[in-house]
Amino acid sequence: MTHLWIGAAGIAGALLRYGLGMWIGTAAGDAAFPYGTLAANLIGCFALGWLSRRVADSGRISPRVYTAVSTGLIGSFTTYSTFGVETVQLIREELWGSALAYVGISMAGGLALAAFGMAVAGRGRGRRNGHG
Amino acid sequence: MAEMLCVAAGGFAGAVARYAASRWVSARFPSRFPLGTLLVNVLGSFLLGWIVGAGVDERWVLLLGTGFMGAFTTFSTLNVEMVNLFRNGAWKIGLQYAGLTLVLGIGAAWCGLALGMPS
Repeated sequence: MTHLWIGAAGIAGALLRYGLGMWIGTAAGDAAFPYGTLAANLIGCFALGWLSRRVADSGRISPRVYTAVSTGLIGSFTTYSTFGVETVQLIREELWGSALAYVGISMAGGLALAAFGMAVAGRGRGRRNGHG
Repeated sequence: MAEMLCVAAGGFAGAVARYAASRWVSARFPSRFPLGTLLVNVLGSFLLGWIVGAGVDERWVLLLGTGFMGAFTTFSTLNVEMVNLFRNGAWKIGLQYAGLTLVLGIGAAWCGLALGMPS
């Protein structure tokens, strides 16, 4: 049963990523830089960082719901394979600067946003405990 | 509409496959090192590289690539795992994880792409 929930959440995550990619692709025009994937990945890192900390602190969400949203939805919303292949394509096209920027911003940004998401989720709790 | 169905179907399968694979790896090879995520990310990168290199029909790309591989691999889990490793003081493991994911992941995508292309 858990697998069905995860699959359903996976549908949502994949479709959201696809939709975001289309939208950003339209906005970015002919740019070769993979803004769509980058956006999905950075948003997802923040979201998962936030959710994981929130759930850890409150413990009020059922494990099944948490797994569906975290592993199913957010996990499917972000993607490593597309990031990898896009990086390879940038390198093959000798767009070295773009390749470096893409990897750098993705990894550093992803890490920072995941940590930031956790910090945002944790800060509220700290304040309620009087730890400000 | 058909495009969305392809992405949706692939997304369903990819998410379930990642979940099952990660749980299997964690049970089989318990470790602080996030081996499950590393494996799905490297394998998925290789397979997506192959799919793209082979130049398959757009609907298949949406189903297998955007849908399945996109959901099978994950960037969010990777980064949250890294943050947690660093927060817990496991710097060495965290850096190894980041390094291996980058090198093996991008390397796998390269190999997949090269192998998939018609020679």
